[in-house]
Amino acid sequence: MKRHLISAADLSRGDALLILDTAEELANLADRPIKKLPTLRGRTVVNLFFEDSTRTRISFEAAAKRLSADVINFSAKGSSVAKGESLKDTALTLEAMGADAVVIRHSASGAAHRLAGWVRGSVVNAGDGTHEHPTQALLDAFTIRRRLKGAGAALDGIRVTIVGDVLHSRVARSNVLLLSTLGAEVTLAAPPTLLPLAVDTWPCAVSYDLDAELPKSDVVMMLRVQQERMTAAYFPSVREYSRRYGLDAERMTRLPDHAIVMHPGPMNRGVEIAAEVADSVRSTIVEQVANGVTTRMAVLYLLLGGTEFPEVAP
Amino acid sequence: MSPADASWLIEGAEVAGPGGRAVTDLLLAGGTVTAIGTGLSKAGARVLGAGGLIALPGLVDLHTHLREPGREDAETVETGTRAAALGGFTAVHAMANTEPVADTAGVVEQVWRLGRTAGYCDVQPVGAVTAGLAGTRLAELGTMADSAARVRVFSDDGRCVSDSLLMRRALEYVKAFDGVIAQHAQDPRLTEGAQLNEGEISGRLGLAGWPAVAEEAIIARDCLLAAHVGSALHVCHVSTAGSAEIIRWAKSKGWPVTAEVTPHHLLLTDELAVGYDPVFKVNPPLRTAADVAELRRALADGTIDCVATDHAPHPVEAKETEWSEAAFGMTGLETALRVVQQAMVETGLLDWAGVADRMSVRPARIGRLTGQGVPIAVGGPANLTLYDPAAPAEAVSPVGASKSRNTPFAGMSLPGGVVATFLRGVPTVLDGKLA
Repeated sequence: MKRHLISAADLSRGDALLILDTAEELANLADRPIKKLPTLRGRTVVNLFFEDSTRTRISFEAAAKRLSADVINFSAKGSSVAKGESLKDTALTLEAMGADAVVIRHSASGAAHRLAGWVRGSVVNAGDGTHEHPTQALLDAFTIRRRLKGAGAALDGIRVTIVGDVLHSRVARSNVLLLSTLGAEVTLAAPPTLLPLAVDTWPCAVSYDLDAELPKSDVVMMLRVQQERMTAAYFPSVREYSRRYGLDAERMTRLPDHAIVMHPGPMNRGVEIAAEVADSVRSTIVEQVANGVTTRMAVLYLLLGGTEFPEVAP
Repeated sequence: MSPADASWLIEGAEVAGPGGRAVTDLLLAGGTVTAIGTGLSKAGARVLGAGGLIALPGLVDLHTHLREPGREDAETVETGTRAAALGGFTAVHAMANTEPVADTAGVVEQVWRLGRTAGYCDVQPVGAVTAGLAGTRLAELGTMADSAARVRVFSDDGRCVSDSLLMRRALEYVKAFDGVIAQHAQDPRLTEGAQLNEGEISGRLGLAGWPAVAEEAIIARDCLLAAHVGSALHVCHVSTAGSAEIIRWAKSKGWPVTAEVTPHHLLLTDELAVGYDPVFKVNPPLRTAADVAELRRALADGTIDCVATDHAPHPVEAKETEWSEAAFGMTGLETALRVVQQAMVETGLLDWAGVADRMSVRPARIGRLTGQGVPIAVGGPANLTLYDPAAPAEAVSPVGASKSRNTPFAGMSLPGGVVATFLRGVPTVLDGKLA
């Protein structure tokens, strides 16, 4: 594996499977009364969050703590960053403190990439602008595998339909790359305004018609519609968007019986996903959150080369 | 004896002209070329052996950001013109987007005087089209034209005169004093928040796309306006294949349209953005290899009239940042000729006579300059660039005479080198260093 995890494209099929298999072993830990492992004792993980994202930060924090790493949370709000300190100066500060890994969330695409040029530790991209969010893709792959394939397998032949604002979605970018690396057949379903112009160069299919894709889907992944898109002429109205690309109970019936419904959160209930769907047995939304912690543990463990492999007793 | 009175004998330079290449001596005295021929001699003249060197008329840049007044941390007229001289330029057009904006006679005269004081090359100020570059009402174009700075080129460069009516009026108005409107063609709505050429790379990197049509639509409109009112339009930094096609069409109609291309758009592509290093962030953005090929072809066939650097210096902190936060722009004066050799001469698209035409004669004509851009001839001004095309390719250093270091060519191996630059018979550069 590479030293940093910035893009899902950094992961070979072997790397991705190693992370998923490691996460599988770590998942067993979550069922034990004492959830902590000593593997990253004495190592420092910095959560550098320039964007509010409590759920992702908590997930990384829990992952690092369960591996016994020291965790420093560095939020841009109220810090020197808010006073105009540059990303580079922040990076040099972290460097001076001896961070072994920096988990960065930033509103600018490429911020994680830039940071990796300025620090010695490993950089984990926890979402950079509209670029990528590779650990989200890993936890999604992990969730799909658990539901539809079983431990040890790749995702060959699994048909995944990703629905919504692909253009601005870091989740979609990372998932297209990772899921196709793992053998899944990915289709993007969205209005043409929310697809990148050169989407034909991506390793996936494209459709403007969600209803046509649903019967062929093993997995439907709904993307959040950001508030700012709703007023920028990407679609005429929220209601029309919801009517054409939202997943409601009626539309859910078109799915094969085994199909699952995913959402990276936070959801707009009633917009891209109806409450009945989000709360249905097909929904993996809560599972995804739990799987996020174990997957991120696996990433930190593998990037930082934890000394003791977790001996998980049954 | 003042330097201006000294005479120079340049021995054995190669002068490229329409009739082919000839090796000859050149005698410079009193600011002019006084003799051309073999075996020249003159008592007291300093001698410069120019065997193997190409003699070009002093280069003229139609598009330079000297940043003074206002951003002297990035560049000053003095440092910028030093960089220009090292790049072989004897005249530059200083863009109007300074602080304060060059939209009054006072500011353009200040820049013009700073250029005269520095003395490294002629500095011809460009005036703003609209007051404060705000795009709402015309600046006092006539007053700038009548000022000591004699402004003829007007541009809101950095911003587009997007209002169709205002653009029409500007084009019409400057006819009164043989002016030209140099348009920064960029539809503002189509490029809100735009970061990188819209295509495969922008989609993959998650950087907001900058569509080619945002440039092409404005160029098409402006060509039609120029034809309608019979006024001179100059299109700044053409960056797409489609733009070249529209300009070719406008010229085929006989319309008064000229255009420039930057060295970086002749050599670099949007793939360089994959590392998110903002040294490659520029407006208009780097485009695709297909665009580069088409721009080269258009420069070769004369559709695009000239090379202009769009030298845009920025301090380190403006580039050592996230891509979306970083400033747009690249330096270019010191590397322009080497890039053109690489992109146009080595590829066989232009010969050296063609380079002289595209980097000196035509830009001077578009800028309405007198005493610049004149082919080397007896009685003509002694503005010369001596260039060694056979200098071994060497990696470009980020550190030069410019105050800023945001060159996209740093570390890139480019051929050739400017050996000497003469401004009205006085060397500004000798042996590749400032004289």
